Amino acid sequence: MKGEHGPLVHELFGRGDYGLISEIVEPGSCVLDLGCGEGELLAWLADNKNVDARGVEISPAKLQKAIARGVSAYQGDIESCLADYPDKAFDYVLLSQTLQEVRYPKQVMQDILRVGRRAIIAFPNFGHYKVRLAHLLNGRAPKTKLFPYDWYDSPNIHFLTVDDFEILAARERWQIERRYFLSGTKEIKAMPNLLAEVAVFVVSHA
Amino acid sequence: MVVETQIKRFDSIELESGVVIQPVDIAYETYGALNAAQSNAILIVHAFSGDAHAAGESADGQRGWWENMIGPGKGFDTDKYFVICTNVLGGCKGTTGPISINPATGQRYGMSFPVVTIGDMVRAQKMLVESLGIKRLLSVAGGSMGGMQVLEWAVSHPESVASAIPIASTARHSAQQIAFNEVGRQAIMADPDWNGGEYFDSKPPARGLSVARMVGHITYMSDASMREKFGRRQREDNGIFEVESYLRYRGSQFVDRFDANSYLYITKAMDLFDLANGAQSLVPVLNKTRTRFLVISFTSDWLYPSYQSLEIVNALRRRNQDVAYIELTSSYGHDAFLVEVDEQAELITGFLARSMKDYSRA
Repeated sequence: MKGEHGPLVHELFGRGDYGLISEIVEPGSCVLDLGCGEGELLAWLADNKNVDARGVEISPAKLQKAIARGVSAYQGDIESCLADYPDKAFDYVLLSQTLQEVRYPKQVMQDILRVGRRAIIAFPNFGHYKVRLAHLLNGRAPKTKLFPYDWYDSPNIHFLTVDDFEILAARERWQIERRYFLSGTKEIKAMPNLLAEVAVFVVSHA
Repeated sequence: MVVETQIKRFDSIELESGVVIQPVDIAYETYGALNAAQSNAILIVHAFSGDAHAAGESADGQRGWWENMIGPGKGFDTDKYFVICTNVLGGCKGTTGPISINPATGQRYGMSFPVVTIGDMVRAQKMLVESLGIKRLLSVAGGSMGGMQVLEWAVSHPESVASAIPIASTARHSAQQIAFNEVGRQAIMADPDWNGGEYFDSKPPARGLSVARMVGHITYMSDASMREKFGRRQREDNGIFEVESYLRYRGSQFVDRFDANSYLYITKAMDLFDLANGAQSLVPVLNKTRTRFLVISFTSDWLYPSYQSLEIVNALRRRNQDVAYIELTSSYGHDAFLVEVDEQAELITGFLARSMKDYSRA
């Protein structure tokens, strides 16, 4: 996956999923970023792709920086904020590295697919072989580069794999339009459930 | 920068009630320069007791009430933007109000001045802004009652406002806010010197106005900020509590700079304001606006609590309107919007820069 913005974006964010997302989003679209942090991605999309950029962020300190970047971000909680938006309000709703942190992921996905024409969902793959090995060999809650937290202070409360997401999508009749698998910033082509550190799905309603 | 309040006279203004005031004077100040495209004009609207002197220093050495936010390199950067501030209709700082002479009678209006609304204040501002050759403002910004005018601008002149910054404000007063205003009004009217508003040839209702202001100042602070500022400390000279001394000082100082009848009229305008015109939801009335919003509230502001800002924000979100919202942490209560400069300046700088880009694109 090499877009014209690729290298620049990768340098800016150092996160493979951000680079991908910035390439997927079409110019001029309206984008809601759930958990937008300091608004780096949204500001980049607004400046380079003329995107109407909106964000939701719970941390006041991060939100302050996002608004200072000119991003229209709002102080709120991902799981309660979506109800207020009208149907199909956004061309894209972004949820980057957060699905595993929300209390009710399926409900959040349903809400996202209601307010957005498309969802771009990126999450760390709990099926990655290093995670499996860490668990198997140590017999403890896995602690890896991908999941660096101790079990007692981890924000991650659901541990899903690439296959888990695919199975739920099929059952819920979500249409996966595109799928990307990353190891670092490199794209993985085979055995994603084993080799991908991060999965990026572009999802819409069937 | 030394600034002088200008006064512009207009033949008349028709109020929302249909009553016509003629002529009408509007006091204003401007800072910075209007660009050739006339795309960099920002209207600052003041809170209850403010005036047109928002920034810079007047000839007699008075600094503007938002001096720390408006100026070169500040939140409202006058190197980039042309900033206008006017005194509200019904005020007593140069714009026509109860203290003005009614040309029909040759007497001061006093209580014969017509009831004015937040909408009327905005009408007057619109006249002034147009007279300066500005068709579309880059932004309208203000705190407290200023925020109400900001909302009114966005709803009644959506085509004339590219962005809006209501701070520590509300779409309508709660019973508690009306209650405090009523205490202030009753304090003034209970003072025999008020005399039905006819005090121009004798002495003004200083005690009543002073008490009204004391109540106001309590509502502008917070338990934490008062504890920090005064605690239970007592003055050594007369033994009264510091907080008593402070309130008395603020009250007496206010008498020298504010007209009691204006107090009655302007607080009433605030109480009567309802952006939704009596409807439960704000969503329908906000249907008209295309303005982008930056809404700010403060954690310790119990006079204009954050839920009131959130009501505006959520109504805008229901319409998928462009809105940024943050509740800033502060212990200063309602006064925070005048005190918490650094964070607000950072937010406003970014918001205005983006608004300016969008303005040029539109």
